[in-house]
Formats: sequence, C-alpha cells, structure tokens
Amino acid sequence: MKWNSEKVVKPVFGGLAFASLVFLLGIILILFQQGLPIFRIVNLFEFIGGKAWYPTAEPAEFGILPLILGTLWITLGAMLFCIPVGIGSALFLHEIAGFRLRSILKPIIEILAGIPSIVYGFFGMVIIAPFLQNLLDIPIGQCALTASLILGVMAVPTVCSLAEDALNFVPKSFREASYALGANRWQTLTRVIIPAAGSGISTAIILGMSRVVGETMTVLMVAGGAAVIPKSYLDPVRPMTATIAAEMGEAVVGSPHYHALFAIGLVLFLITMAFNIIAEIISRNYRLKLGLGR
Amino acid sequence: MKRNSRIQYFGFGFLYLAIFIAVLTLGAIIYFITVNGIKVINWEFLTQVPRRAMTKGGIAPALVGTFYLTIGAIIFALPMGLACAIYLTEYSPKSVVINVIRMSINNLAGVPSVVFGLFGLTVFVKFFGFGVSILSGSLTLGIMILPGIISAAQEALIAVPQSLREASLALGATQWQTIRKIVLPSAMPGILTGVILSVGRAAGETAPIMFTAVTFYTRGFPNSIMDEVMALPYHIYALMTEGTFPERQTMIAYGCALILLFLVLIVSGLAIYLRQKQRKYELV
Repeated sequence: MKWNSEKVVKPVFGGLAFASLVFLLGIILILFQQGLPIFRIVNLFEFIGGKAWYPTAEPAEFGILPLILGTLWITLGAMLFCIPVGIGSALFLHEIAGFRLRSILKPIIEILAGIPSIVYGFFGMVIIAPFLQNLLDIPIGQCALTASLILGVMAVPTVCSLAEDALNFVPKSFREASYALGANRWQTLTRVIIPAAGSGISTAIILGMSRVVGETMTVLMVAGGAAVIPKSYLDPVRPMTATIAAEMGEAVVGSPHYHALFAIGLVLFLITMAFNIIAEIISRNYRLKLGLGR
Repeated sequence: MKRNSRIQYFGFGFLYLAIFIAVLTLGAIIYFITVNGIKVINWEFLTQVPRRAMTKGGIAPALVGTFYLTIGAIIFALPMGLACAIYLTEYSPKSVVINVIRMSINNLAGVPSVVFGLFGLTVFVKFFGFGVSILSGSLTLGIMILPGIISAAQEALIAVPQSLREASLALGATQWQTIRKIVLPSAMPGILTGVILSVGRAAGETAPIMFTAVTFYTRGFPNSIMDEVMALPYHIYALMTEGTFPERQTMIAYGCALILLFLVLIVSGLAIYLRQKQRKYELV
C-alpha cells in the first residue's frame, strides 16, 4: 500500500504547532505558579509600593518600589535620547537620504540592532562609565545616567526602523497635496507626514520602550546595582531585570526570595505585554484610518 | 517666506545630526572594541583552554559552548517553529482563534529574555531534572527564539501568492505536495533570513543561559549535553565581575567582545544580504 503522507502531515504539524503554543503559554503559567506564593508573605500593595528591598535580611523585606523606580528612571532617560535620535534618523532616511545613501544607512542601523546586549554593557562599563565619571566628577561611573545613555543607543534601531516603516505607509498623495498648497518640505514633513504617521511612530516608541524595560545584561553591568530609591540621575540604581539576573543564582529554591524574583518577572511580563497590546491597538486603528485595513 | 526656509534649514540640520549620532555610536563601539580586542587575539587565544585564573591561555571552551548552545537552540526551535507557521498559514482555517494565537506569539516575542531564563530554570533545570547543562540552555534559548522564527516563517508564507498554490492544486497535486514543492521553496529566503537573525540572537544572549547552562570556568571541553559549559557572552560578563586580576581580565573580555561582535556582524550581514537579494528578485 502506498504511504499516505497527506493524512499524516496535517496532524503531525498540528501537534507540533500545539506543542509550541503550550511551551509559550507555559511561560505565563510558570510565572504565576512560582510568583504568586510571595503574596502569602506580603500583600500586593506592600510588594509593589514597599520602599525597602532586603530579601536576605532578617526579617526580609520585599518592597520592589526601588526596583520599579530604577526601571522607570532608566527608561525615561533612555527615551530622552532615543526618541530624537531614532525618529530623527527615520525622518532623515525617509526625507533626505537618496536611494543609494539609504541602502547604505539602513543596513548599518539594522546591524546596530543585532549587537548583543552584553557587548553594549561591556562597552558602557569600560568606555562610557569611566568617561562620565571623569567628566562629571562623580564617585561611581555606573549610574542611572550611564545606563540611560547605553539603553538609549540600543533602542535607536528599533525605533528608527519601525518609524520609517510608518512613514513609508503615508500615501504619496498627502505629500503632493501639501506641496500643491505651497508648503515647503519641512512644513509638509512636520504638519502633514508626521501627523499622518503619528500612530505608527507612537507604536515605534512604545516597542522601543518595551525593549528598554526588558533589557537585562546592560543594566546589570552599567546601572550600578543599588536597590534604593534614586534621588538623581547620578545615583546607582537597580532595575527589575538586573535584580532577577543578579540574585537568582543565590536565591534558595522555594524560598520567599525565589518566589519574589519570579513575581518581579511576572510584573515585567505584564508591563511588556501591556506595551505590546497598546502598540497593536494603535497600529490597527492607524491602518483603518489610512484606509489600509483588511 | 524667508523665515520658513530658515526653519527648514535648522530642521533638516537636526535630522542630519540625528543620523550622524546613530552612525557615530555604532562606529565608536566597533572602533573601541576592535582596537583593544585585536591585541589579545591570536591562534592560542582561539584554540587553548584558559589557564592561570583566566589570565593566560585562550577561550576555546567558551567558543565551543556558544556553538553547542546555538546549534541546540536551532535544532529545537526550527522544526517546531516551521511546523507551527505552516500549520497556522496553510492548514488552519482563518478565524478569531488564529488571530488570538498570532497576537500571543507576537506578545511572547516581546517578553524580556531574563523571563525566559526563569522559565528554563523552573521547567528544564528543576522540573525535568536536566540540571545546569547544555540541554537546558539550548531548550531555553530555543523557546526564546521560537516566536521570532514562527512570525518570520508566517510572514514569508503569507507573502507567497495564492495563485501559485491554486495552480499547483489545479494540476492535481495534493496539499502537502503543494506546500513541499511550491510554497516552501518560494518562501525559503524569507524563512532563512528569520532563522539567521535568530541564530545571531541565540548566540549573543546572556540572561537566559545564566541560570540554565553556563559556568565561569571549565577545565576542558564539554563531554555530553548534560555538562555545564562556558559561553562567550557570559564569559565577558564573568570576566568583568569576578576573578582577581581585573586589568588582565578586561583585555581578555575585549578579545571575547570582538569575536562576538565579529560573529554577529557576519550573521546579520548575511541576513541583510539575503533580504536585499530577495527584494531585488521581487522587483523584477
């Protein structure tokens, strides 16, 4: 009898597809299963709003507010760098660069996106941190400012490529109509094209932020690692990701500390998921607005 | 009128500045790492095991470790991701369920890599009892690159014109024959680009393997997939944060960073080249 591959292939592929979904959804399950036990010890408000993170002290304190603020400060700082540079680069590629220049610059920016975070972290640690330490005359070069700068650089490619895609979606007729009304190129860019691509550009910024929030090795190496509420950008901070990476190795399996680290992972997961959903909603509405919806 | 063109002048000046900064940062990273890294790289550095508390010898075990981890991740993630993408685009009916699945895959692509590390620690190291090993690390990295492979493959499959499928089916080919001989070959460059980018990502990631696969120092090369390994990215981190000879270690870390940078540049260069070629082909 002939081997009937047709009948076999579909269920096998379906099974593999199902298995990969199970694995991926398993991540969410594991985070809840291992993270929730911490709330037998502290309640949600003490955990999120607590000002002290002393997981190994007696009695231990599990307040992750300093860690959340560390992430928040670094994210804001990184955005201050990466929004102007990333969006500016996207506008340059879209508006000023010719075909030839663009075909050189785009790969360069894509390569920037492929550099591993450990290399950025190493670069920040050996070059940027000592440089800022001398320049600003501060005790330690590893601080929120250094981390913000490096993460800002890291997020530029994400923001730039996504924003450029958004700019390319704007129909040509918009530009022509604006020129016909006598507007110059800058006026057309700022008052017609950027508003039309606005939601695509905001999606780019949100996904860039999501990358910064989730970045681990870089902040572990250059943020300084002090789990206290930061007072200035020159203070060392310890973001959520760095806390997990630094403390997981020494946390005893099944201890409150262990569960607290998983709970931080859960918080991180929820934050990035919220960013992704917001980005998805914005980009869907935007396609509909420009008449590109399916 | 005069005022408007002055504003335009400054506006465009700002855009030039932005792209200059973006390119400058890449240039600075490559410059500093190359200039310092090249000093320590020689044949011994690439082929010897570390000696004398990491201050002499080479980094060969770390190179081998990264190689095993990356290959392992691809062996796991490629068949699974491809099967998942083929099933979702070719076999399953278009529906709300598929949309939800697509969205959750997108979401998982944005999950921080350290969270994948937590998952690997719980499931592979503890639950399945693989311990800190190449196997656990490969599976963790595989899960991490899975969403990327699925969405790259899905995009490539969707881009294959429907008419090709219809023509093949009209000639009497079965659906599997159509997929194998028509759809997959046309989608191959797109899939390949996605896979290559994932290889680069798996080779460079540190956080997911920190608690699942790596150790700072091994005497020699791993003997089985249940062994702990050294890995290039983690080695950089360890050299910078542990040990007793910071200055000598920093130089070795420069060497490791240069090699990692070089590998990743080759990998992403290859992916970009493939994509450009594909675009030209599509234009013709």
